[in-house]
Amino acid sequence: MPIQQICTIAAVTKLNPYAYHFVLEAGKMGSLIRAGQFLHIKCGDSRLLRRPISICQWQEDEPEDLVSIVFEVRGEGTQWLAEREEGEKLDVLGPLGDGFSIRPEGRYLLVGGGIGVPPLVSCATPGSTAVLGFRSADRAMPLLVDRLKEKGCGAYITSDDGTIGAHGFVDAQMRAVLEQDQAYDAVLACGPKPMLRSVVKAAEAFGLPCQVSMEERMACGVGACLGCAVRMADGSMKHVCKDGPVFPAEEVDWDA
Amino acid sequence: MPDQVKSPVDQSVTLAGVRMKNPVVVASGTFGFGREYGEFYNLEELGGICCKGLTPARREGNPPPRIAETPMGILNSVGLQNPGVDAFIAQELPELKKHDLAIIANISGNTPEEYGEMCEKLSQAGVDMIEVNISCPNVKAGGLAYGTRPELAAEVTQIAKRHATVPVMVKLSPNVTDITEIARAVEGAGADALSLINTLRGMRIDINTRRPVLHMNTGGLSGPAVLPVAVRMVWEVANAVSIPILGMGGVAKGEDAAQLMMAGACAVAVGTACFADPYAPLKVRDELAEIACRLGHERVSDLTGTVQPWGN
Repeated sequence: MPIQQICTIAAVTKLNPYAYHFVLEAGKMGSLIRAGQFLHIKCGDSRLLRRPISICQWQEDEPEDLVSIVFEVRGEGTQWLAEREEGEKLDVLGPLGDGFSIRPEGRYLLVGGGIGVPPLVSCATPGSTAVLGFRSADRAMPLLVDRLKEKGCGAYITSDDGTIGAHGFVDAQMRAVLEQDQAYDAVLACGPKPMLRSVVKAAEAFGLPCQVSMEERMACGVGACLGCAVRMADGSMKHVCKDGPVFPAEEVDWDA
Repeated sequence: MPDQVKSPVDQSVTLAGVRMKNPVVVASGTFGFGREYGEFYNLEELGGICCKGLTPARREGNPPPRIAETPMGILNSVGLQNPGVDAFIAQELPELKKHDLAIIANISGNTPEEYGEMCEKLSQAGVDMIEVNISCPNVKAGGLAYGTRPELAAEVTQIAKRHATVPVMVKLSPNVTDITEIARAVEGAGADALSLINTLRGMRIDINTRRPVLHMNTGGLSGPAVLPVAVRMVWEVANAVSIPILGMGGVAKGEDAAQLMMAGACAVAVGTACFADPYAPLKVRDELAEIACRLGHERVSDLTGTVQPWGN
C-alpha cells in the first residue's frame, strides 16, 4: 500500500556531474519496498506533476527507515530536486509500482544503462554479475559499482565512447559474459528502450528469462490516469506506474 | 490525511435530484474507478465520483507518450482507454457500490445509438447518474464532434435521455466559440445537468527533436492553467440555462471551488490536482466549507450563483 509522507534528506552525494544520490528518512516505508519500485516525488510548487525516481537501496532503521534514490538532471523538475540540500524535506509518494521478481539465493545477470543502473543495486546477490553501460566516463557511477561489488556481485563496465571500461554497448559485453557462463536464473535489465531491446534479444539467444524495467512519461503514479502506457505483445496497453515498471520481457511489444 | 471538518456548515448538495453529502466529486479520467485512490482514503469522503470514460467495447487508447507537463497544467492524450461498459458493470461497479457516494458513469460513443445502449445498461446496473461525454479531444470519431455542433449535441442528449432512467448530465467542451449555444441545445433536448469544462486542446513541442511531446501531437490541457476559463464558462452557461452545473477545470483548492460555485456551479469536480496530491479533493472539500462559513453561509450550496458581476 502506497503512502504519502514528508521525508527529510539525510545525505546528498553527487555521483557524477549529472547524477545525485539522496538518502531519505522515510518513516516506516522500508518494510514495504521491493527491488525495482520507485518513489513519486513532488519537485516544487510550480510543477504539477511529481517525478518518478528509482529506489536504489533501503534499510529498516531507527528512528526512521533509510531509502536511497538516484536521479539525473533531465529537466526543470530534476534540476529543482538537484538543488535540495541535506536537512530539507521532500513530499514523497511510495513505494509505487511492481518491482523485480527475485529470490535472495538467486543468481542474476544485471544489465543497466545510465540512470538504469541504480535500481539494479538492490537486486545484486552473491555470485550475480552486473554489466553496466555509461555514455562516457564522466557519467559513470563508481559509488554504485562499489556497492554492487560489496554485495559479492561481479561488475563489467562499458561506455559508448570508450572513455571507461570496454568500448561498446552492454549487449555485446553481456553476450561475452554469457558465452563463458550461462548459469543465471534470469537477466534483469533497466535502461533506455533501444538498449533493453538489444538486451532482450541477447537473453533470448541464450535462453534466459528476462525482466525489464521501463520508463514512460507519467502523471499520477498510482494507475488512475492511464498516462504512462506501454504496448504489450498482445496489443493491450499496460502502465509503467502500476503494472510495471518491471515487466517480463516477453510480454512487451518491442516493435512499438 | 485531513480529518473531516466538523464544520457547522451544511455541506450537502443536490445535483439533478442526486443528493451528495458534499459538493466535491472527482473528475472523469483522473481517478479511474476509485480503486487506486481508495487505498489512500475511504471513497465515502467524496461527494461522488465521475468514473473513467466508458465506451461500448474495450479500448486500448492512444500510443505513448500520453502526458506532457506545461506551465501550471498538463496535456494528456490518453484516448479513452477503458475496459468497456460491460466489464465496468461486472467488475468495477459492484466494488464502488459498496461505498456511499454518488456514482456517475461517464460515456463516449461513436454513434448516438451507442450512447443510448450504454445509458440503458448503466441505468439498469444502478449508477446514480450518467455523464455524457461529447467533448473528448483525444479520439477521432464521436467525442468532440458531438460537442461542437449544437444539433448533434442535442441528438445525442435526446437519445441518452430516452434510454436512461437516471439523471443525464452532458459534459461540454470549451473548444467552441460560444459554449452557451451548445448548453442551450443540450438543455432543450432534455439534459438534467451540465458538466464543464472538459480539457482545452493544446500542444507542446520538444525544441531539440522538433517533435510534439505527445505522440498524438495534440492533447487536452487541464490543471490550474484552465481555471479562469472554467470560471468564465460556468458563469456564461449559468446565465444561459436553468439546469444545474457541475463545475470543473483546474480546481486545486477551496478558493477555486468557491469561484466555480459563485459563478453558478452546484457542485465541483477535482481532477488533475489529484496527481500531485491524492488528498486534494478532501482538502478542497474542507477549505470550501471553511470559506462558506467565513462568508456567513449556513450551507455550502448557498454559494452557488452568488457572484455579483460589475454592471457594464
